[in-house]
Amino acid sequence: MTAGTAIVAAQESERPGRGGFGSLLHAEWTKFRTVRGWLIGLLVAVLVTAGLLLSGGDSCGGPGNSGCTLPLGPGGEAVNDSFYFVRQPLAGNGSITVQVTSLTGETPSGSVSGRVRARSGPGTGQSMRSGLEPWSKAGIIVAASTAPGAAYAAMMVTGTHGVRMQYDYTGDTAGLPGAVSALSPRWLRLTRSGDMITGYDSANGSVWVKVGTARLGGLPSTVQAGLFAASPAYSQVVSQSLGGSSATGGPTLATGTFDQVGLAGRWTGGRWTGADIGGPDAMYPQDPGTFRQAAGTVSVTGSGDIAPDVPGSGGGGGISISQGLVGTFVGLIALVVVASMYMTAEYRRGLIRVTLAASPRRGQVLLAKAAVIAAAGFVTGLVAAPLSLAVGERSAHAGGAFIDPVAALTLARLVLGTAALFAAVAVFALGAGALMRRGAAAVTVTILLVVAPFIIGTVLSAGGTQWPLRVLPAAGFAVQGAYPRYPQVTASYSTVSGYYPLPPWAGFAVLCGWAAVVLGLATWVLRRRDA
Amino acid sequence: MSGTALGALGAEWTKLRTIPGTIWLLLTAVVVTGAVSAAAVASTTCRSGAVCPVDPAKLSLTGIDVGQAVVAILAVLAISGEYSSGMILLTLTAVPHRLVVLAAKAVVVTGLVLAAGTVGVLASVLAGRLILPGHGFTPADGYELVSLAHGPVLRAAAGSVLYLALIALLSLGAAAVVREQALAIGAVLGLLYLFPIVAGAVSDPTWQRHLQQLGPMTAGLAIQATVGLRGLPLSPWAGLGVLAAWAAGALLAGALVLRWRDA
Repeated sequence: MTAGTAIVAAQESERPGRGGFGSLLHAEWTKFRTVRGWLIGLLVAVLVTAGLLLSGGDSCGGPGNSGCTLPLGPGGEAVNDSFYFVRQPLAGNGSITVQVTSLTGETPSGSVSGRVRARSGPGTGQSMRSGLEPWSKAGIIVAASTAPGAAYAAMMVTGTHGVRMQYDYTGDTAGLPGAVSALSPRWLRLTRSGDMITGYDSANGSVWVKVGTARLGGLPSTVQAGLFAASPAYSQVVSQSLGGSSATGGPTLATGTFDQVGLAGRWTGGRWTGADIGGPDAMYPQDPGTFRQAAGTVSVTGSGDIAPDVPGSGGGGGISISQGLVGTFVGLIALVVVASMYMTAEYRRGLIRVTLAASPRRGQVLLAKAAVIAAAGFVTGLVAAPLSLAVGERSAHAGGAFIDPVAALTLARLVLGTAALFAAVAVFALGAGALMRRGAAAVTVTILLVVAPFIIGTVLSAGGTQWPLRVLPAAGFAVQGAYPRYPQVTASYSTVSGYYPLPPWAGFAVLCGWAAVVLGLATWVLRRRDA
Repeated sequence: MSGTALGALGAEWTKLRTIPGTIWLLLTAVVVTGAVSAAAVASTTCRSGAVCPVDPAKLSLTGIDVGQAVVAILAVLAISGEYSSGMILLTLTAVPHRLVVLAAKAVVVTGLVLAAGTVGVLASVLAGRLILPGHGFTPADGYELVSLAHGPVLRAAAGSVLYLALIALLSLGAAAVVREQALAIGAVLGLLYLFPIVAGAVSDPTWQRHLQQLGPMTAGLAIQATVGLRGLPLSPWAGLGVLAAWAAGALLAGALVLRWRDA
């Protein structure tokens, strides 16, 4: 066997007095490098990681629709910006104050099969019942312009989350709790002073409490301000199985009733103009929102949401960049086979006796092997990750899907994290091989602890169970999470889209802990046991 | 000829019975299947009045997802173990008809897996029957009890045992083709887990459906479904049929390789 001759060569090159860990590392590297099957294994790992095409197409358009995009917010994240806006231009500083006396809504009562979709709704004949989404919202807003993705700050009443101040899509501050009604109205106020927008709320119109202040960089001197209503799509998963789920859902409507609208400053419009912002689009294909003015009251009806997009939650949103990394699972299986065999092959051929005779410090032998396989795994991941991200992007583009953008730092973490993931899993598999000596057992245990929890976790997450992805080595996949969770957006936050229960590096630390324990156990066993 | 076949069967039985790993693997398969199923039902609750997207019978049999891997090791080692120790030369000298050797191994492994699988599945069903009603899955809330007296549950349970046997045959065929144990088990588990992962990531519903119909694990586990049968990518028994086709294909490939290649 080539590995046998390789170690002899490595020993010959070892000069007296130099010995030590360096030459051990060199010997182990030579053993690894000279077995062609293992190098082919790593190549297979790269190819299957990158080669698993994902076919997009559930995004805002069908295949070939290259014009499919989502607006980007001021922070660069993909956002939903569709609502009904009743507005006037406000030149310079000023303020708007309203009393909100009710918030009501309609949600669909039918069901759609397939993945989470929102294709039917008001205007398409689906039956509706009255009801509010938790994040249905109506209130007052100051926006830089009416273009989708424009900077804004808003004070609003919501379905079940009380009064909120929200700004620039990701900002969310709680105000007065409780639902709004005619008996328990809410007063809202926004004041603009330069770039600063301050929100206040009040339960009686006389005692005001400041909720928060938002700084909207580059706000023009004339802004669009007024009343708005929006209501995010409703969706509920009704069944979930291996690799698929079905959901009911559809667009919803919210209606806010305002009175005692008070304006201060130079409001140059003279009267209110109503318009659907960002819609009607694929996500909310229903009839447009409306507003009615009568005897000092204004009621505004709208659909949609002003919030960050959660990729993979369907309904015309984008897809997750993490989906391009789905091949990681299969690539890891190839890597696990190589890493286990790197250890178990020593036992099969009796090579272990030569190895241990050449360097009697057994712990160091294992450490050198771990270093070699970790480096091999890291490089494999480092090549595979950018390749699969590029393939994923191409394929999503060809399918007409839109990938929610991520910051450059996140992208770097996805690539380096995937490389580190490969390295840690390789060390785990090597340790398992040293512990069990049998390749089949080592490979199975590693795959069961690393890959299988993801599959089973997907099934169990229907029941809210995510512990396998918190405590098992599979937690390491958290380094492939790409987007933050937003409490102000109700969505599926699925693991396939890269939403893991642990933060990226915390999940990776769990995996490293497991790898360290297995390697430690293997060292201990190797020292005590006859080879 | 029948004497040879019976002799080969006896020889395989003796070999597999006396390898210390066999009994441990069978025990592990039983324990892992039962324990994972119990953990799955214990960690799933449904609030009263809520609609939970859960098939109680399928949930109770979750352990099969993991137990199948242990069964795969058993089947792979039945062949690869002989190659790594050189035993295969002796075996083929004693029984020169190689297909008889493969068939004998298949019969013995299938028998052992059916026995262990039955115990593991019964433990899983028992866990589901005892634990789920206390977690909000009661007939009053519209969920059938996980009981073998209920036709679909019986089909799911018996089908899961058959599923394990087919996985063993698939692994046996793969091991005969690849020989190297780590590689064989990697190939089998890769094949099993590949389809659910890819199907979960594909966003086109048509593609997703096809992948689920094609994958040995996704198709085979359709046998566990007891609710929403009309929404399945394919019917329970057709799904098991797909897995059987995979197993037959693997065995055929294994037989051809064994027949034509030097040991």
